[in-house]
Order: sequence, then C-alpha cells, then structure tokens
Amino acid sequence: MESSIWTLLSWGPEGWSRSIAYGVFTTVSLALATLPLGLFIGFLIALAKQSSEPSLRLAGNIYTTIFRGLPELLTLFLVFYGAQLGIQQVARIFDPNAAIEINSFVAGMVALGVMFSSYASEVFLSAFRAIPIGQYEGGYSIGLTKRQTMRLVVFPQLIRIALPGLSNLWLILLKDTALVSVIGLSDILRQATIASRVTKESFLFFGVACLAYLVLAILSSFGIGAIERAVGKTEMHR
Amino acid sequence: MSSAVQNSEVVDRPPPQARGWPRERVVGNALVAIWALFGLGLLLFLIRAWDPELFAKYAPLYLHGIGVTLSLVAISIVLGAILSLPIAYARMSRNSVLRALSYAYVYFFRGTPLLAQTFLIYYGFGSFRPFLETIGLWTFFREAWYCAILAFSLNTAAYQAEILRGAIESVPRGQWESAASLGLSKFLTLRKIILPQALIVALRPYGNEIILMIKGSAIVAIITVYDLMGETRRAYSRTFDFQTYIWAALIYLSMVETLRHGVEWIERRITRHLKR
Repeated sequence: MESSIWTLLSWGPEGWSRSIAYGVFTTVSLALATLPLGLFIGFLIALAKQSSEPSLRLAGNIYTTIFRGLPELLTLFLVFYGAQLGIQQVARIFDPNAAIEINSFVAGMVALGVMFSSYASEVFLSAFRAIPIGQYEGGYSIGLTKRQTMRLVVFPQLIRIALPGLSNLWLILLKDTALVSVIGLSDILRQATIASRVTKESFLFFGVACLAYLVLAILSSFGIGAIERAVGKTEMHR
Repeated sequence: MSSAVQNSEVVDRPPPQARGWPRERVVGNALVAIWALFGLGLLLFLIRAWDPELFAKYAPLYLHGIGVTLSLVAISIVLGAILSLPIAYARMSRNSVLRALSYAYVYFFRGTPLLAQTFLIYYGFGSFRPFLETIGLWTFFREAWYCAILAFSLNTAAYQAEILRGAIESVPRGQWESAASLGLSKFLTLRKIILPQALIVALRPYGNEIILMIKGSAIVAIITVYDLMGETRRAYSRTFDFQTYIWAALIYLSMVETLRHGVEWIERRITRHLKR
C-alpha cells in the first residue's frame, strides 16, 4: 500500500505533520531553555577569566578547556549516564532500592548549557577586552560602586559588542539540539526517524527535518536582525 | 642625573603590597580547589576501577577506534578542501547564478545539523535503493563508513569554502592591483601574492575546523561506524562500567589539546616576520 507524499505530510491522522511539529516545539523549547543557563554561566566564567586574580583565571580556563574539547555527544552521554549513576549512588545511601531516571530534557539542557557557556565565555571575554579601562575608571570616579559600574556602564556596551558572536552561538546551539534525539528526547530528528521507520520514506522525512532546521535558522536570523537593530538604535539616540 | 634617578629607584622601591585575602582570591582558590578535588576524585575512581582484564580486552579496540576517528577526519578534511575550491570560487564569481547556487549549498550545510545530514545520506538514500542498484552505486551507499565520509566531506567543504573566501577577501584589493600593474597573470598573483597572505589569516579557522570535525565525528557512532565513540558505546553496553566513557573523554581532550597547541605553534612560527 503506497500512500502519496501529500497524505504522509498532511496534518490528519494519516499524516506526520503533527508529530514533526511537536518535534519542532521540543527542539525550540530545549534551545530556549538552554540559552539563559548558558549565557549566565558563560558570563560568570568570562568574569572569572578577565579577573586580576590568577586562581580565578585558572579555574575559568580549566572549565573552558574541558568543555570546549569534549565532543558534544560525549558530553551528553557523560551527563546523562554519569549524573544518573552519581545521583543513584547518593540515593542508595537513603534508600537501597532507589532507582532514579534522569529526565532526558534536563540532561540535554545541562550538556548543551555547559558547551554553550564555554564558547559564550570566550565571546564575552573578547568583548570585555574591547572595553577600555577608562570606562571603569569613569564609573568609579563618579562614585559608582564596582557592581553599579558593571551593570550600568560596562554591561550595556558589552552586550552590543558580544551580540554577533552570541547570535552565532545560538545558531550552533539550535543545531546541536539534534543530538538529544540519541538519548530519547522527541525532537525534530527523532520524530523524523520514527516517521521514516514507519513509512519507509526516509529521504522524505529526513529532508523535511533538514528543512525544519533551515526554517528555524532563517527565522532566528530575522530575530537576531531585529535585536541588532533595536540595540543599534539606542546607540543612535545617545 | 639619570644615574641618580636610577639609584634612587633602586633604593626607594616601596615594599611589596600585602595581597591579603579579598573575596576574589578566596573564591578563586576555592574554585581551583574544587577542580583539584574533581581531578583527584577522577584519578581515584580510575585507580579503583582499574581492571587489567578490561584493559587488555578494550585497549586495542580503543586504539583501533582512534585510528578510525583520525582517518575519517583526515579523509573528510582533504576531500572537503578539494571540494571547497570550486565552491569558494563560485561564491566570489561575478556570475550571479553561480553565486546563488554556491550560497544555497553553503547555507544548507551550515544551517542544518551534521547529524541530520548524515541521516539524510545514510538512511535517506536507502529510499532510492532500486535506482541506486541499477546505476551500481548501492554498494557505496550501503556502507555506513562511505556515507559518513560523504556527509562529512560535503559538510566541511561548506565551512572550508567560507574560510577560504574570508581569507582571500581579507587581503586588500591593492595587492591584486599592484600585481596586475606589474603584469602578473591572475593565477600567478593568486599563487605568489594572495594565498601566502590569506593562509596566515586562514590558519586558525582551519585549525578550529579540524577540531570541530574531530568532535563532530563522534556522531558516526550512531550510524554504526566503530570510531572511538562507537567503541566506547560498545564497551559500555557490554560492561556497564562508567570508566569506559571517562577514558574516551580523556583521549578526545588530549587529541583536541594537542591539535590546538600545534596550530598555535605553527601560527607563532609563520608570523615571526610580522612581530616587532
């Protein structure tokens, strides 16, 4: 029984559009959930790496070296299986029969988050280096505290400089989410795999998956363009 | 006069400031201590989990896996480099059709995940089996190894084309013009004047691309190629011993770090004439 391509791609009970759309939703929500985590950790790591204190710099550099050097897939497995084992060991202390399953969404979020943050810290670091020391000194000289200087003077300029690098990282993050299909999260790629197994139309469904990623990338670049214009406008107003 | 100033400097040097323990130093030392404890814990774990039988059984497999990973990356990078030349040429050409086609190629391969591309080639081309059998290409697309090489070469060709284009365009136009005014042909200008300058710019991105490929190559384990990641997964599924993953992580880290330092060393060497 051969069903036509259009039936397979329809929204109805025969078609797979609904499950692919669910996959798109999972991919986007995973990427969106990872973004603030990665940005926050990345910013902290960058702060550590540009500090004058050598031990802070060392700690930050170790973090970047490890998580930038590990393959994304391996990091995912380390988090997924490693965290499961670790938490189970801890839980066994309290309850010998405890069996804990780690949520694959959380595992994906943590693994993608540490990878994103190690790259983001480099972007933030080079943005920090682009801000002249006089900006800090000016902040202190008008009586702002260290924290206020960071928040009111340095941070707004930092974001503007770091934005192109960060938007690049967002596109990489969007693509890296494809890896979580391996640990059983139903993202675009996993839904496409299921659809192609059932219907034997592999090329069609993996092609659709690629197109879905392309559409997400195009939509993102529109969004990034809007953010860049918004950030640029404030500069013109000053 | 100047000697007096020097002398006074020697004599009147202020005593070194006491560093004290500001908050940053406390936090920094604590973090380094956490890393040290983590490293120590890892070491203790590996020592405690040390099993000569396991090692004797899986070490050769891991070595084989490293060989597979490195040859996959090397073959794909070289094929991709060859393929990237016409793409970069088309990207910079004046012909708008060529430019649009190459832009679409680059956008597709940079905008979709490598894993999806690999699936598209390995599983997707299975849909055309009867056709591929008639033209005799089925033996190629049946093998996961060839499909992985094809997917990786096409992918890295897109990235390398952009690196090459960026590097060539980073050389100022005046270089082309002055070469033309000396009567050099376009090809000779490219070979003798533009490329030597462009490759200095391109070295670091090329190094990063190789590192990305080494890391990205781990995904071929999913389509049943037994590279380092594939051997690791196999070893873990047989033994349920977590140290299999730790060893893989250490091996990948040392490969990437060696490469990164190698690229830095080469960069220092070839930019010696630019240092003042």
